[in-house]
Amino acid sequence: MTDKNGFFDLSKTGLTRRTALKGLAAGAGLAVAPGFVRYSQAQSSAPIKIGFQSHRTGIGAAYGRWYERTTAAAVKAINEAGGINGRPVEVIIEDDGTDPGRGAEVVGKFATQHKTDIVYGTLFSHVVIGSAPAAGEAKMPYFVVSEGHHVASTKLNRYVFQPGITDVKSQIQAMAPWIAANAGKKVTQIFPDFAFGYDHRDYLPPALKAQGAEVIAQIAIPPTESSFTKYFPQIPAETEVIYHVMVGPAVLTFVKELGEFYGSSRPQLFGFIDSLEATDINSPGLEFLDGSHFWEGSPRYAQPDDSAAQKAYRAAVGIDDNGAAVGDPKDVSTAAHMFGCWETLYVVKKAMEDAGYKGPEDRAKLVEATEALTEFAEGPEHPQGPKTFNGKIHQCFGIQNISKVEGGRLNVVHKTKIEDGLYEPEGDYTTQPL
Amino acid sequence: MKEASPAKAYALHLGVIVLLFALSFVLPEYHHGLLARIMVLAVFAMGYNMLFGYVGLLSLGHAMFFSAGLYGAGLAVIHLGWSVPAAFAAGLACGALLALVIGVLALRTSGVAFMIVTMMFAQVFYLIILYFAAWTGGDQGLVVPQSARVLVLGDTSLGLTNPTVRYMSALVLFSIVLLVTLAVARSKYGRVLVAIRENEERTKMLGYDTFSNKLAAVVVSGTICAASGAAYALLFGYVGSTFASVQYSILPLLWVLLGGAATTLGPLIGTLFMYYVVDITSGYTSAYLLIVGIALILLVLFFPKGILGTIRQRWLGWLP
Repeated sequence: MTDKNGFFDLSKTGLTRRTALKGLAAGAGLAVAPGFVRYSQAQSSAPIKIGFQSHRTGIGAAYGRWYERTTAAAVKAINEAGGINGRPVEVIIEDDGTDPGRGAEVVGKFATQHKTDIVYGTLFSHVVIGSAPAAGEAKMPYFVVSEGHHVASTKLNRYVFQPGITDVKSQIQAMAPWIAANAGKKVTQIFPDFAFGYDHRDYLPPALKAQGAEVIAQIAIPPTESSFTKYFPQIPAETEVIYHVMVGPAVLTFVKELGEFYGSSRPQLFGFIDSLEATDINSPGLEFLDGSHFWEGSPRYAQPDDSAAQKAYRAAVGIDDNGAAVGDPKDVSTAAHMFGCWETLYVVKKAMEDAGYKGPEDRAKLVEATEALTEFAEGPEHPQGPKTFNGKIHQCFGIQNISKVEGGRLNVVHKTKIEDGLYEPEGDYTTQPL
Repeated sequence: MKEASPAKAYALHLGVIVLLFALSFVLPEYHHGLLARIMVLAVFAMGYNMLFGYVGLLSLGHAMFFSAGLYGAGLAVIHLGWSVPAAFAAGLACGALLALVIGVLALRTSGVAFMIVTMMFAQVFYLIILYFAAWTGGDQGLVVPQSARVLVLGDTSLGLTNPTVRYMSALVLFSIVLLVTLAVARSKYGRVLVAIRENEERTKMLGYDTFSNKLAAVVVSGTICAASGAAYALLFGYVGSTFASVQYSILPLLWVLLGGAATTLGPLIGTLFMYYVVDITSGYTSAYLLIVGIALILLVLFFPKGILGTIRQRWLGWLP
């Protein structure tokens, strides 16, 4: 990965880096702002520039750190294998502060100052939705790794894609058959009272109903809540499964209080690992989760049947068998999501090669080439598993993992099929003008 | 403070407007887009300054007025399919009405209690946005469709997504609000507001109804902030609850403190300064907020009245 200030092409100016730095240092005030630096036109050997909209600060910082590491590993692998269309890939990072307002500014900065070829890498839904208009107006292909349903809802625009990670609607739908068959038929949902929770609130009941199970209670917890005990009496006594998707720092309190409420006899627990990404599953207070099940996009812990591609991916990204950073067991990764960065970059590579992409003037061709993609085979480029891609809704579909907490680790007990997560398209981006 | 001749003050402000107009033709693309955004948010700061600078009422809830405009305009386009001018007017009306209601209630307090009450009302407003997620999009927000962001003037259609149209629209709004605040600051009404700030009891004894004057200031301030929010929704195409969070109540306070409270051009300078400090420093370190913090501390130490406030105090006493 490059230094984000190294975006201008020194090789074309005849300047050494030292001279350029001296020149920059001599400038004053705004003159040092990157936008005032003139740089020569991209040549055929010039790098493909990917603007990485990263959550370096703000609520998404833990994800942002691991998204950056995965991106760096993928770019290294792509460059070592010859880059894209024979050109090296250069990543320019801008922090969006996990803020939609700043996110839109960052997309504008990539488009008009850094003049990147694409923008990529955003996770948090509100930042994606806040930035999408800026990407559409700048006609800038915008590849997000968000798992939100917003891309597939076709409410954004033709320039926004999510080809490297499945969306939450698909994930929820794919969980329903396993929950109904293995955990129980009477489900109580506990979810945060904001959009992330609403996806689960809205998509789970019909998915369970189709499997002969039902949601018997839905308990929405306000985002400002820090203690949860008072909500637990609302859980009906006949509940067989508690489906929980609490997120944020309060999750440790939530689990601890749930444990105190139920003691040793509890219903089955099923959750989304989003709650515990970057959190050690063996943290004090989480003992109550032993024996419960979680959705995982990609498994955090190394599994006995891991493919060679999965092993190579984990080694490249630098996570150990427990899903923590190699050399720092406390630095737990966001393994369930960050694979999406790796896979998205390989989708970009494939689409750019299909489009014969040369520069920003080919962005429309890149959009069409991405829309024309249909399948991604499991392998080094797609270590999480095989995927299909629906070009009309700009969304991929793939397998999901269900893991059980056993002996302080997460063991995969079930893998869903791609078909489990398919649903009727809600629109068609390809009818929008480019 | 020396009395400025009206001509000098108006010449300065018109000069600033002409400068911003001229910058549209010379700025690089990125800074052109950024300045359009800064002008819209400077309007937010000017609205805040109206209450904080001139009346001395420190509100920690102005994000709700900005959001009232943002959602008033944005939702009118998204759900009702209203045209851009009608949606903008809806945004203004929402802001004015909300400011009237909040003003009547919150002005029963002053000082720290006023801060707390406004902050609590803003929190209520924020939670209402989350509660009605089916219409507001909750914390994720909503996109205002590009196809609806078109300003039709007679036979001409101006797409607000066009960078030049957007810049000029922002400039028109900024100029109107700047000249209005200048006129208010120089008017008898403006002097009454300053009198309330300096000594409310004495102003009452002089026969002024301070409550209704303050209420009018809250409404003007709220409406200007709503204008900024409505413009933001229509020009940049996104409405989201982040803009109603407490962070966006504190930002205009910082912009005004930096630029100079009770100066007409201070809000623009403060907003410009903060934006560029964040923009430039975030290019070098992820600890850019630390640098922003240090910059703020230095400014408070060496420019206690803000950039323009200190300049006025030390050198240019005639600055409005």
